[in-house]
Amino acid sequence: MGGLDSFLFSFFNAKVMASYLPMIAQGLGLTVLLALLVVVAGLALGLALAVLRCLGVRPLNLLIIFVVDLFRALPPLVILVLLFFGLPAAGISVSGFAATWLSLTLVLMAFSEEIYWAGITAVPKGQWEAARSTGLTFFQALRMVVLPQALRIAIPPLTNRTIAITKGTALGSVVGVSEILGAAQSAMSFSANPTPLTMGAIAYLVLFIPVVALGRWIETRFAWKR
Amino acid sequence: MSAPPTAPRPIIDARGLWKRFGATPVLKGVDFSVAERELVFIIGPSGSGKSTLLRCLNRLEEPDDGSIHVDGIELLSPRTDINAARRRIGMVFQGFNLYPHMTARQNVMLALRKVLGRGKAEAAGIAAAALARVGLAERMEHYPAQLSGGQQQRVAIARAIALEPRVMLFDEPTSALDPELVGGVLNVMRELRESGMTMVVVSHEMAFARAAADRVVFMADGQKLEEGPPAQIFGAPRHERTRAFIRQIDRH
Repeated sequence: MGGLDSFLFSFFNAKVMASYLPMIAQGLGLTVLLALLVVVAGLALGLALAVLRCLGVRPLNLLIIFVVDLFRALPPLVILVLLFFGLPAAGISVSGFAATWLSLTLVLMAFSEEIYWAGITAVPKGQWEAARSTGLTFFQALRMVVLPQALRIAIPPLTNRTIAITKGTALGSVVGVSEILGAAQSAMSFSANPTPLTMGAIAYLVLFIPVVALGRWIETRFAWKR
Repeated sequence: MSAPPTAPRPIIDARGLWKRFGATPVLKGVDFSVAERELVFIIGPSGSGKSTLLRCLNRLEEPDDGSIHVDGIELLSPRTDINAARRRIGMVFQGFNLYPHMTARQNVMLALRKVLGRGKAEAAGIAAAALARVGLAERMEHYPAQLSGGQQQRVAIARAIALEPRVMLFDEPTSALDPELVGGVLNVMRELRESGMTMVVVSHEMAFARAAADRVVFMADGQKLEEGPPAQIFGAPRHERTRAFIRQIDRH
């Protein structure tokens, strides 16, 4: 068997592909579910924290900054392992799926809060003043005048960061979640052939290239109308 | 016996206003009142506290001490609903501060809908009328970035007058404009004045002040140094500082 044949046998083995496709597809489904839950919860919590920070209550803001810095500084894998092995020790049983979801959600919450906050502070003070001078309340001014502008500023870094963190779903394989990478690793042991890893890589591309394209579309869609 | 008739209460009545930024006092016990339908100009060198005084009158700046009544409302009382008070006090800013993500008409409609609670169609009608009044009937669906500075400032005036305020505050409304665009904004202000609007204007448009103001207030170092009809302030100022300031302005 020549070098190329050996390579194709190991990484593009049609027989292995055919038999483990359902398993990888299941992994893909689980990754999609996990990613959606992380994106929805992480972005919503990040926005909630940024809005709370707008209130300018000093002790609360110090707490927010502490939490955000903590989850930005810790590697996601460390958070995941701490949650997965730490929470049961504290009497809270947690599945690998839940631990992965929670750790990535906390990380996305922390990074997105900073991005939202940067967007909000980038909106000129005069926008607040104009809105408040017409009698709008603080929250009305925030919701209808400041946030729409802040979000437009935040969308490019936000999509970037969201994609980067969502790819962290692969960490679930460490705590036994059969998402794409986990499923691929199992399939690899069953088949004694690394082809499932190739399939996993393709599955990630199938999932994330549209996500990247969607991010680009959102960036243009919400760019300033001039 | 009925009470003797009293002079009508001023529509703006500020007493003993103090404001410090850090350790620096920018207002040192300023009294300032404006009668209904009066147009008062506030002039003075940069750092004199004139903009701060104006911004206290709708509580964009919070005075450290003193009292402010606007249209009978005690502005600094903790019981006052400041948002309800502010809709009677229109404000126009040096930098226009239009909402860039909304069209001219949407800029005017926002407070009509959210503060006055008007329906969408009604608010759109009021906004169209206000924009027509400032000469922008043809530009209603434009975004701020598509308008000249003068047009933007007129949209900002429309946004304020659409709420039918009792007084209008102008904070250097023409300072950010190219010279050829100033006239359009001043024309709108003149028309407003003729309609009987009470106006307080911080500006260095001396020609406009001479022609339109009822009273000119000169401020320096956080105090009101001198006030009177424009002919007196510009023609025969009493204070040396006023004289020096007028000479400098006139040279331009």
